[in-house]
Amino acid sequence: MLLGPSGCGKSSLLKSVGGFLKPVEGEIRLSGAEVDGPGPDRMMVFQEFDQLPPWKTVKENVMFPLTASGKLRRREAEDRARSYIAKVGLERFADVHPHMLSGGMKQRVAIARALAMEPAILLMDEPFAALDALTRRKMQEELLALWEEARFTVLFVTHSIEEAIVVGSRILVMSPHPGRVKAELDADGFDHRSVGGEKFQKLQTRIHDMLFADRIESHG
Amino acid sequence: MADGTAKPLPPSRPEFERTLPPLGAVGDVARPLTAFEKLTNLASARRIFLLLILAAIWQAYGAWLSNPLIFPPFTDVADALWDSILRRGLLWRAWASIAVLAKGYVIGVVLALVITALAVSTRVGSDLLSTLTAMFNPLPAIALLPIALLWFGLGETSLVFVLVHSVLWPLALNTHAGFTAVSDTLRMAGRNYGLTGIPYVIRILIPAAFPSILAGLKIAWAFAWRTLIAAELVFGVSSRSGGLGWFIFENRNELNIPEVFAGLVMVILIGLAVEAVVFRAVEARTVRRWGMQR
Ligand SMILES: Nc1ncnc2c1ncn2[C@@H]1O[C@H](COP(=O)(O)OP(=O)(O)O)[C@@H](O)[C@H]1O
Ligand SMILES: [Mg+2]
Repeated sequence: MLLGPSGCGKSSLLKSVGGFLKPVEGEIRLSGAEVDGPGPDRMMVFQEFDQLPPWKTVKENVMFPLTASGKLRRREAEDRARSYIAKVGLERFADVHPHMLSGGMKQRVAIARALAMEPAILLMDEPFAALDALTRRKMQEELLALWEEARFTVLFVTHSIEEAIVVGSRILVMSPHPGRVKAELDADGFDHRSVGGEKFQKLQTRIHDMLFADRIESHG
Repeated sequence: MADGTAKPLPPSRPEFERTLPPLGAVGDVARPLTAFEKLTNLASARRIFLLLILAAIWQAYGAWLSNPLIFPPFTDVADALWDSILRRGLLWRAWASIAVLAKGYVIGVVLALVITALAVSTRVGSDLLSTLTAMFNPLPAIALLPIALLWFGLGETSLVFVLVHSVLWPLALNTHAGFTAVSDTLRMAGRNYGLTGIPYVIRILIPAAFPSILAGLKIAWAFAWRTLIAAELVFGVSSRSGGLGWFIFENRNELNIPEVFAGLVMVILIGLAVEAVVFRAVEARTVRRWGMQR
């Protein structure tokens, strides 16, 4: 979980891990290997809704990285795409083009597309930020359920404290621009049922104070 | 508050909750269209209606002028068109033009895509392409015909050379603009799949820029068709059977004015057909289906 105020460089950090931006100084290593350019081992779910090629149907969109990276052949890719589309609950829309979908549905396709690759690490940039509260909550639950099933590594960017605590197991709190990591907190064992609980509130206040302190400093 | 007037309060109304009756009982929401509405909803029907009105105006003006050497009435031209198709091989002439056009068009399109694809991968290439299109795009391709005749002689090659020029630059310009307008997110998604180089261009850039490319293809087609007819009008004798432009030129020399008009009508009809049938079908199957254009 990367948590920090808007504009502190969360997206930039994620894009660097994805290999889209080159760090000016230092280097990024994933299990020992230096990140050198983008690759299908690090699938990214972008913040923007226009990340799905509009000329492909939902199913083709999920299959696209599987076949383009040479990971699977068409047949197997199709089977896998179907199963992941079912996991995000979009079976009925498998043969529809993205422009027929709502923003939340597009985001779910992007998540299915990334998960179907079964990447070493999944990079998610505020994937639920533009969704309405109801869909957002449902998507968070779905992500947790999928994670429960497959236990993949996710680097998840958010600016919502609640989302960070509920979805994440470890939270990196970042300072405002220029972003630096201020704290690493343990958020394991929280889910939607713990929202409002005593421990939850304590953690929430702690993070809130950290972010809030910066705001006063930067104004003072 | 200081002046004592009460601010208006939102009106309070009694609350209610109702159990909704099943939908079927409410009645149909959709109303079937009348035959007239259906007809006027068809773009082709509206267009044909307009064409009929234009033809009627033409007929009336031609009859009023009653000088068939200057402006023959519509019926004379329709007769001449029919007659030319049956007895003077007008369709064959049209085919000769289209065959040459197709060669120039295909070569031009392939060149434009290859050049643009190479250009976008480097900054120098991009600058070079911008400069070249800025230079050649305003230059009417037909102006190159004298040089083409000097280089390639009196023949189809010269025509094809000129056609390639009429297609290449407008299409390259549009394609380049389309490529540069592809969103960063889509580019990153493509690179995330591990696509680079030519596969990246073919599988991401070209489809993502397809609305622009299609617009470029349409413009290029119109330019090519004009250029070809003009070239044939001037040097038409060069192509073996002589195309539509040559047909017009010949008949003007013999003062067969209705035939001249028939030739022009044929040029227009082919232009309309390509626009309304070919490009429309491509549009419906691609950019419209993908929701990239309304
Ligand atoms: N470490 C950094 N080095 C250079 N530029 C940065 C850095 N962090 C942030 N920026 C700049 O700040 C802007 C906002 O960053 P972004 O990653 O989009 O923020 P966030 O996603 O947290 O809102 C970007 O234009 C980025 O170039
Ligand atoms: Mg961001």
